Amino acid sequence: MKIALVGNPNSGKSSLFNQLTGLRQKVGNFPGVTVDKKSGQFKLADNQVCTLIDFPGTYSIHPKSEDERVVLEVFTNPESVDYPDLAIVVADASNLKRSLLLFEQISDLNIPTVVALNQLDTAQQKRITLNSSKLSRILGVPVVEINAREKIGIDGLKLVVAEQLKHKKTHQNLSFLSEEAEVLADTIRKEFSVSNRYVALLQAIHSDKLSFLSPEKKRLLQEKIGNFNGKKFQSDEVMSRYADIAETLDEVVIEEEAPPQTLSQKLDDILLHRTFGYFIFAAILLLMFQAVFTLAEYPMDFIDSSFGSMIELLKERLPESQLTDLFTDGLLAGIAGVVIFIPQIAFLFAFIAILEESGYMARVVVLMDKLIRGFGLSGRSVVPLISGIGCAIPAIMAARTIGGWKERLITIMVTPLMSCAARLPIYTILIALVVPNEPVLGFFTTQGFALMGLYLIGFIFALLSSWVMSLLMKSSHRSMFVMELPTYQLPRWRSILFTIYEKVLAFVWGAGKVIVAISIVLWVMASYGPGNSLQEAEERVIAENTELPEAQLENKIAAAKLQNSYAGMFGKIIEPTIAPLGYDWKIGIALIASFAAREVFVGTISTIYSIGADAEDRTIKARLRNEKKPNGEPVFTVATSMSLLVFYVFAMMCMSTLAVVYRETKSWKWPIIQFVYMTALAYISAWGVFQFLS
Amino acid sequence: MISEKIATSKLSKVAFGQSARIESFSDDELSLKLLEMGCLPGVVVTIDHVAPFGCPVCIRFNNNNQLALRKSEADTITVTLV
Repeated sequence: MKIALVGNPNSGKSSLFNQLTGLRQKVGNFPGVTVDKKSGQFKLADNQVCTLIDFPGTYSIHPKSEDERVVLEVFTNPESVDYPDLAIVVADASNLKRSLLLFEQISDLNIPTVVALNQLDTAQQKRITLNSSKLSRILGVPVVEINAREKIGIDGLKLVVAEQLKHKKTHQNLSFLSEEAEVLADTIRKEFSVSNRYVALLQAIHSDKLSFLSPEKKRLLQEKIGNFNGKKFQSDEVMSRYADIAETLDEVVIEEEAPPQTLSQKLDDILLHRTFGYFIFAAILLLMFQAVFTLAEYPMDFIDSSFGSMIELLKERLPESQLTDLFTDGLLAGIAGVVIFIPQIAFLFAFIAILEESGYMARVVVLMDKLIRGFGLSGRSVVPLISGIGCAIPAIMAARTIGGWKERLITIMVTPLMSCAARLPIYTILIALVVPNEPVLGFFTTQGFALMGLYLIGFIFALLSSWVMSLLMKSSHRSMFVMELPTYQLPRWRSILFTIYEKVLAFVWGAGKVIVAISIVLWVMASYGPGNSLQEAEERVIAENTELPEAQLENKIAAAKLQNSYAGMFGKIIEPTIAPLGYDWKIGIALIASFAAREVFVGTISTIYSIGADAEDRTIKARLRNEKKPNGEPVFTVATSMSLLVFYVFAMMCMSTLAVVYRETKSWKWPIIQFVYMTALAYISAWGVFQFLS
Repeated sequence: MISEKIATSKLSKVAFGQSARIESFSDDELSLKLLEMGCLPGVVVTIDHVAPFGCPVCIRFNNNNQLALRKSEADTITVTLV
């Protein structure tokens, strides 16, 4: 059995989804659209297992954005693999009027429906009381009171859903159809054997948006439509439904005079304040970056040193062999490079989740709209841009909520300039190397400011790039801003924890697989060379340095071996291109390795420098600090480190992002342009920084 | 008739803190979105917040719905002051 979960944005739909399915969720695709499909299994009261599909939040079946289109696509196509046997409409009791609009539309498609009446506590605060059994009688379908946040009424809902699946009750009320609409609906029904009048009309007026219709059918539908005004039909439908809903609500809702000002309104007076609003936003961001640095430091140091001592211990205990080296210097060093960043990534995603859950993100959109509109973006671009701090992939997908194509495309093109979590490891290590850690204004430190500075550079260049693009691109597509400001609410810790779990897992598996694979390949390439070049190098070093004590000699040998290995050769080949940026061939190896995914950089550096490093230099940071050029100067000088930092702020080194841009724009043109402009920006800026500082 | 004409205005002209009743929309696409969100003709809206530089504006209606829209969008909504 397939059950669809639909509802307005902010109706508590996602919490209900989490409550029903727990951790048994997976992300897939809807055929014909790029929107991610979240689905999960759950058991009904009679032990029947159902698949629950979470649909994007929408106000109406008539789509305004790519995100909302999926509801129309699936619900008007009974042949779709996702077509539900039953729909649960999550209704916000404090905003019932609007929830019922969507309910009526779904119900008129003749899909058996259950209304889950949520947020009764908010309704109560707003002094709204309602009679749900009477509502159920009028609507003709079961209505269940739930509290998705507190997990109340979930069992009752399961019971009613089981009952509805046994004795399917639908309730169609198409009294709003004009005579003209009825005639059109009946013609289409007969001609194309569509069973339902409303479905017939929806297919006709939205034929251009439905991917399951063949071009031939689209053309025929267009012919049938003739002069029928689809836009007017939609607004007449909405008005007439609201009139009907008003009558229903008169009977079931008692609305007392609302209290003069709610807490949410008082909060808005401060957070949306003309001047303080911006200071507060800036302060929140600074706090976020500082916390990422400070709070994550302890678990990170712990992980770093644990891995260090583990590798050392294993080296002592295990028999000395190539296999041991592969395991410790290759695999474990690579894994350490992944695991160490879990704390920071967890904190970062927690902050973003809190911003979204609390309702503050919508206020940021309002605050920023006018400021960034001049650069060719919309206030709505703020959500992808801020989520881009976590990961560009979900962020680029979040751009679907932007209605205008040009604004959406520009947002997609510049979002990867926002520094994502994968860049955080590189930033953290290099900042720790070159920026002294001094306290500023109590809680804050110079390193925290440096980190925020890097994010700011990314943001500023995202704005500049979008400004340039908006000058180059033409668009007839209009942009619409109108958006709802949800009531503030306390974030649910359960769901924040869930988000963290989900993202960290995705990072560890997604990035982890690549990093571990590349670490092993790298180790092999760094440990072997063409012919017996390594052996020759070793003999040469021994012959040249007969006087040296053993420890130093071994180091020299290891360095010579690496230089003559396959990896060393590669590094040497690209060294001329990267030398102007201040990088040596070892950094070159890491640059190449991180081409597919930038998070590989630190793992690679960690692997490369652990080959032939002193025993005391087991932590990554120490290894980098002690790395010396042949003339004895440190490799990671201020100029080189800054140049690397800037390079990684701009460089488009993430295959997954390019793939997602291709998926979202449906053309290779945009990911290619994106890759070229970002790489050029990275190279030129890194060159500039290095030349300036050295 | 005359007094009605004087009273109609655009939502974009309504001052911060003032209320107005929605009469009609002049933009098809935008009006559908507003209608679906429950912002119908006859509904009284209050200008709740005005972002810096005068745009976007936040309106409150039906006691608990809050929308943000751009000044240019508010310009397509005809209202009477109340």
